[in-house]
Amino acid sequence: MAILTAPVQALAAVWSMVVGLRVTITNFFKPQETIHYPRQEVPPSHLDSFRGHIELVGTDEDPAKARCIGCGLCAELCPSFCLKVVAEDLPADPTVSYESHNGADQLMPRPKFKAPPPSQAQPRKLLSYHLVYHTCSLCGLCVQNCPAGSLRFSHDVYLAGASRGRFEFDLMERLRGQAAHGGPKGGKAHA
Amino acid sequence: MNGSSLAAVAPELLRLGVGLLALVGFIAANGMLLLYVERKVAGHVQRRPGPFEVGPHGLLQAFADAGKLVGKQLATPAGADGLLFWAAPLMAFMPVPLMFIAIPFGENLFGLQTNLGLVLILSFAGFNVLALCLAGWGSNNKWSLLGAARAVSQAVAYEIPLLLSVLAVALMCGSLDLRQLAGSQGGWPWQWNVAVQPLAFFIYFVCAVAETNRAPFDLAEAESELTAGVHTEYSGMGNGIFFLAEYANMIVVGCVATALFLGGSQGPFAPGPWWFLAKMYLLVTLVIFMRWTYPRVRFDQLLNLNWRWLMPLALVNLLATALAVKLAG
Repeated sequence: MAILTAPVQALAAVWSMVVGLRVTITNFFKPQETIHYPRQEVPPSHLDSFRGHIELVGTDEDPAKARCIGCGLCAELCPSFCLKVVAEDLPADPTVSYESHNGADQLMPRPKFKAPPPSQAQPRKLLSYHLVYHTCSLCGLCVQNCPAGSLRFSHDVYLAGASRGRFEFDLMERLRGQAAHGGPKGGKAHA
Repeated sequence: MNGSSLAAVAPELLRLGVGLLALVGFIAANGMLLLYVERKVAGHVQRRPGPFEVGPHGLLQAFADAGKLVGKQLATPAGADGLLFWAAPLMAFMPVPLMFIAIPFGENLFGLQTNLGLVLILSFAGFNVLALCLAGWGSNNKWSLLGAARAVSQAVAYEIPLLLSVLAVALMCGSLDLRQLAGSQGGWPWQWNVAVQPLAFFIYFVCAVAETNRAPFDLAEAESELTAGVHTEYSGMGNGIFFLAEYANMIVVGCVATALFLGGSQGPFAPGPWWFLAKMYLLVTLVIFMRWTYPRVRFDQLLNLNWRWLMPLALVNLLATALAVKLAG
């Protein structure tokens, strides 16, 4: 039977090559997908999935104020030790019963890498939030685990620099600057 | 040399000399042009601009590339056979102008009229295999040697159906003279040999792509496996000459296909060299598009395609043509 089927298969194979040529020729005449970088820039709508360095997310009421509750989980989790969070305790609200910090009052000690949600945490005031980007591996553990949804990846595609200092960020200042320029508002924490 | 001694030179010789000179210029210009076209086609097929920065729309990119190649150091690898190593690129390029000399670009635009034009082209085309073989052997490099082994087995295999398909047309017209072969066809597409011999044209085209080591039959280069095959050790213009020879060979096979199958310089309305060039560049563009469309074939696929399909088909086609010519004559 091979003598009958083989020519048919061969003709089908030849036809598939014509189909392949049609694909490349139609693509040849379609508009280009790339941009001429120094003269053009990527439209912001194409940057949604870009994972730049992390940035703070502002609250809905005040975009210049971070949602951060100062728990420090991100700095604790960071495998590259590139986050430095400084916060101070605020007076506790007597109407709320908070989870204890050390877990001494619980039968089971709380896992180290876990923070209570904002409503059950002792209120803290974020004083400073520093990112040392040149050691960051963009693993995203901080973004994933932030209990307050206060971290996300920025879409800064064009970040470039010639010194280490260029990659050390004061993220609170950055957030204030963004809010002043009407930059990214609060909203979704991460995609 | 005064005027009278110039007149004493045989006009045939003068024509040959001027023709060769013009053809070398034609080849060099085409090398630049095809380099640009190839990169532009590659770019646009993949939805990107291709060369764009040097000159308007990257038009001067080929000159920049050529300048870079010429400026590079020519290094001979340690342990290589210097003579063979440097003979190879020369041997790849030198037969190329000779192949062009028998090609009838127009009614009276040709370097040399010979009744063995087709044989001349096919025999000089064989030098390319020798050049690749020498390059592979002389480089003292395992990739080069493997590439050369592939190139030789491929070229030897594909030369046979190529010859057989060309022979079918030659039988039909009773001549090996390219000018006569082209002239025996009419102006309209249905009067061309491709209308009578579509199978021979198909076989010729596939074999020609394989003979010139173009994708999808570029196993001799196979950069993912053999870095660059036979070109691995060549730097600067050594590599550049191989590339020039590759593009020139593409033009040669395009020219022969045009003369044999597509009516040469004949065409509807105003036959002339422009028709020849238009058809030839169309074929070359098709070859370039094929490179950016098809994945490289495996070695066993390459040889199976030749020995199990093209060879028997070419033989059957030749026998059928011979029979038809005998019965009709």
